[in-house]
Amino acid sequence: MSITEILFWGLAALALFSAVMVVASKSPVHSILYLIVVFFAISGHYILLNAQFLAIVNIIVYAGAIMVLFLFVVMLMNLNAESEPKKHRMLQFAGLISGGCLFLVLIAALSETAQATSLVQMGGGNSGLIKNLGMVLFKDYVLPFEISSVLFLSAMIGAVVIGKKERS
Amino acid sequence: MEIKWYIGLAVALFCTGIVGVLTRRNSIIIFMCIELMLNAVNLLLVAFSKMHAASAVMQSNPNVVSDAQIFVFFIMVVAAAEVSVGLAIIVMLYRNTHSVDVNFLNRLKN
Repeated sequence: MSITEILFWGLAALALFSAVMVVASKSPVHSILYLIVVFFAISGHYILLNAQFLAIVNIIVYAGAIMVLFLFVVMLMNLNAESEPKKHRMLQFAGLISGGCLFLVLIAALSETAQATSLVQMGGGNSGLIKNLGMVLFKDYVLPFEISSVLFLSAMIGAVVIGKKERS
Repeated sequence: MEIKWYIGLAVALFCTGIVGVLTRRNSIIIFMCIELMLNAVNLLLVAFSKMHAASAVMQSNPNVVSDAQIFVFFIMVVAAAEVSVGLAIIVMLYRNTHSVDVNFLNRLKN
């Protein structure tokens, strides 16, 4: 077993365990902290695949910005494990069964394909480096990049309008 | 690594997100599970791009890996915008009902 495989399995186990804990933990703050662990594990996978730009963006945007936003919202609302709404036992069981069925179907459908044993290039290749991605982003994809700024502007205006207190 | 292990990992993360959406009632947790599903898809996209880096597709289109990773970048951009609006909606919901329980949302019916 090479060092890359050991890292892959370690990060995969960490990501899966933390993802299950996101769903299973009672307190929302614990869920958020576990989700940050998932994002760091996925960033580790990106680094293993030599997608360094995406690894850094994932840490900065997801673990840094989005999860802090979640944490602030949860702390503003003062939620705790006691006031946590719970679904009926049967509904939880049904959700678990349907998720498991989807997992089985997807795995069974995808594991027998001809491409299933194709090798993924680990480490090598410089397409995922910031230099190459920046060249592609600002040459071929400059119009979508500019349009996404309009998207952010509308999202910001939308958030302000929705979050504003109504005067009655 | 073979691509099937990446498929397995991404599908498992995605299904964990699905189970979370189906079994929880706290709207913040449901929202976080949606983020989890988005990340599982992103991971699989990056893995597929690196799979094509080693295959013959690379010869006909040398930009294929960069294109895929730019695509993932734009998914992250859209997800960030979506989170800001979604959290604003959840805060407004909490202000009006003093709860984040999604079952209260059936008041929208009337």
